[in-house]
Amino acid sequence: MKRRAHKERRGRRTRSLLGCSSCLGCWERGPSPHGMVVKAFFPTCCASADSGLLVGRWVPEQSSAVVLAVVHFPFIPIQVKELLAQVHQAGRVGLAVLGTWCHRRQEAEERLGPFLEGLGAIFSHEPWLQLCRERTSGLWSCKATRQQGPTRPGVKDQVMLVFYDQRQVLLSQLHPPAALPDRQAGDATASAEGLAAVFDTVARSEALFRSDCFDEGPVRLSHWQSEGVEASILAELAKRASGPVCLLLACLLSLISAARTCRVFKLRPLSFIWSKLSVCGQLGHRLEQLALVFSTQKAESPAQLMRKANVLVSVLLDVALGLALLSWLHGKDRIGQLAEALVPVADHVAEALQHLLQWLMGAPAGLKMNRALDQVLGRFFLYHLHLWISYVHLLSPFIEHILWHVGLSACLGLTVALSTLSDIIALLTFHIYCFYVYGARLYCLKICGLSSLWRLFRGKKWNVLRQRVDSCSYDLDQLFIGTLLFTVLLFLLPTTALYYLVFTLLRLLVVAVQGLIHLLVDLVNSLPLYSLGLRLCRPYRLAAGVKFRVLEHEAGRPLRLLMQINPLPYGRVVHAYRLPSCGCHPTHSWGSLCRKLFFGELIYPWRQRGDKQD
Amino acid sequence: MEDEQSFSDICGGRLALQRRYYSPSCREFCLSCPRLSLRSLTAVTCTVWLAAYGLFTLCENSMILSAAIFITLLGLLGYLHFVKIDQETLLIIDSLGIQMTSSYASGKESTTFIEMGKVKDVVINEAIYMQKVIYYLCILLKDPVEPHGISQVVPVFQSTKPRLDCLIEVYRSCQEILAHQKAASASP
Repeated sequence: MKRRAHKERRGRRTRSLLGCSSCLGCWERGPSPHGMVVKAFFPTCCASADSGLLVGRWVPEQSSAVVLAVVHFPFIPIQVKELLAQVHQAGRVGLAVLGTWCHRRQEAEERLGPFLEGLGAIFSHEPWLQLCRERTSGLWSCKATRQQGPTRPGVKDQVMLVFYDQRQVLLSQLHPPAALPDRQAGDATASAEGLAAVFDTVARSEALFRSDCFDEGPVRLSHWQSEGVEASILAELAKRASGPVCLLLACLLSLISAARTCRVFKLRPLSFIWSKLSVCGQLGHRLEQLALVFSTQKAESPAQLMRKANVLVSVLLDVALGLALLSWLHGKDRIGQLAEALVPVADHVAEALQHLLQWLMGAPAGLKMNRALDQVLGRFFLYHLHLWISYVHLLSPFIEHILWHVGLSACLGLTVALSTLSDIIALLTFHIYCFYVYGARLYCLKICGLSSLWRLFRGKKWNVLRQRVDSCSYDLDQLFIGTLLFTVLLFLLPTTALYYLVFTLLRLLVVAVQGLIHLLVDLVNSLPLYSLGLRLCRPYRLAAGVKFRVLEHEAGRPLRLLMQINPLPYGRVVHAYRLPSCGCHPTHSWGSLCRKLFFGELIYPWRQRGDKQD
Repeated sequence: MEDEQSFSDICGGRLALQRRYYSPSCREFCLSCPRLSLRSLTAVTCTVWLAAYGLFTLCENSMILSAAIFITLLGLLGYLHFVKIDQETLLIIDSLGIQMTSSYASGKESTTFIEMGKVKDVVINEAIYMQKVIYYLCILLKDPVEPHGISQVVPVFQSTKPRLDCLIEVYRSCQEILAHQKAASASP
């Protein structure tokens, strides 16, 4: 084991502190009052570089030195200082020469030693790092010397080496992103907390990585690019082509949006149908997303770039699935089979409804209904059903053509096809919706009447001006009529309530089926597939934090750690990058839903944002 | 410097504590649970398959048997990958932070790293767990808003649940390093 001799130097240095290799003595005695622990973040790519100067950033709050590159001999100190000033200008990060790096073959290269130490005089930095690695045995040793060190004698500065993969740290983004103060002109501080400072430093020093040791520049550097600059021809071509393609598509999309907002569509019947069909909502949503992706502005932040990529991948997958569905539908005459099956199914549903109404008109579940009202309501609904069946039979010859043309819409995407399916279900069950509305209106009327007459019964009335219940003195004839009406309404309540209950349940069933389809559409719309793919294939890009591993440790050598990126768990990736969906979520909670059902108010589960209340 | 000792967990099972002292400022504690025993695995598989065979004789549908095999395989894979923890490690590095790693039986590792700037203290707490009162080691995190407050309590060795004697060993070592850290941060 090598032992370093104590050195006493005259001149500018008053004293130097012992290096780590002689720490073994104090370790055996037990933990002694050590000085500051200096953490040196060293890139793994520089571990095999030739000797030179260490360039990087010193973070005094954590007493850590982030080494970014190694400057090789020969160099002119002025040019090195110029390069550092340039990087400072570009990235607002204060770099400096931190120390020397010595990668030597054997003991015989002692002449390099004093030369390296002399460099400390030219680039003065506090503390001055001296890292050294032997080529044959691969053993490391480090020293950190201070000019104006702590005044207590015998106090040593320990150096801890933390290796990091520079390329991965450069490309990764921390979640949550460290909130940095606004950069001001000339302000070189990037005050990210803790280890985020390392990520921040590497990210801001991009200007330093532009030239490396194989370029013919004034200063030869070794960093992650020295391992081989990665590039892909396809990626470069795509970047060049993306400009004009984006411009073209942006013009096309703006034309379509302009056509959409033209006056024809503002007319009453068209705009009403437009707002009710969910296909139109989905198409509008997709149009917005495509406009975002193909906009000619560059993405400002990494989050925006991810969003654009997610939208693009989502649209592509959608279209691919839609085309697969289209080819399945149009093969083997499936459309014909579907059209043939549709009318009998509609007939079957109508027959089932007829049976239900006949059952209600009798004594349903043993309950005794009011005969007259029962017959009136039952006959009215039966007639309505009969009209509906005639209408469906009228349409039956055209159904196959309609389905064929509507099926073509699947080429726009699976979500569009699913929205169309949801709309077709809504149209086919329109009679159930009508029955529900009639039943609900009747029931609502009855409940309103009952509550108002109940107030009359107790001698109170509703004050519209003050929006509260006030007492009121009624005349005798008012009380008489009111009480009569109250009893009539009360005894007719069970019949109406039963019809209302049955049709509400049917309506809720249809709404549940439509809801499932909408859920599926939402899933395809909002799942961030690009982010999930990135997490699967390049986990270091999305970082939740870091993790450390202690490397092989020998007594007397400095402690070496390997810092790796801890990737974000899949759940958090989805949560952070999910795309905003159509916004067709039910706007009321379960409590308000039950309240509305009890009072007979109509429920509209697919209230779009910005719709007027009906 | 490595050192191994055996302790027991709160249910009486055997645990092995491995201590590695890399340097005066870096220590690692590794607690290993007993592995998945062949006996329990055989017992569960036999129960599931007997139940499936019973259902098969009732329903005469061979899908039940294939479904039972499928469920057993998936269940075993899921258990090994998501539930069964083989080892829990605590790595404490002065001036960097504290790292907790759980290694699952399928080889998956899940790591959490807490920076030293956020750590207030490491303490042993008591808790009422079902019908027992147990001790557990936890890390107290500082509150960024209030200097003397605690924002979070992070328990350590949650799956292995060692007893007090093991916890005291780990606690003593952690306190030595934290004392270092406090002395270093107190001096300018």
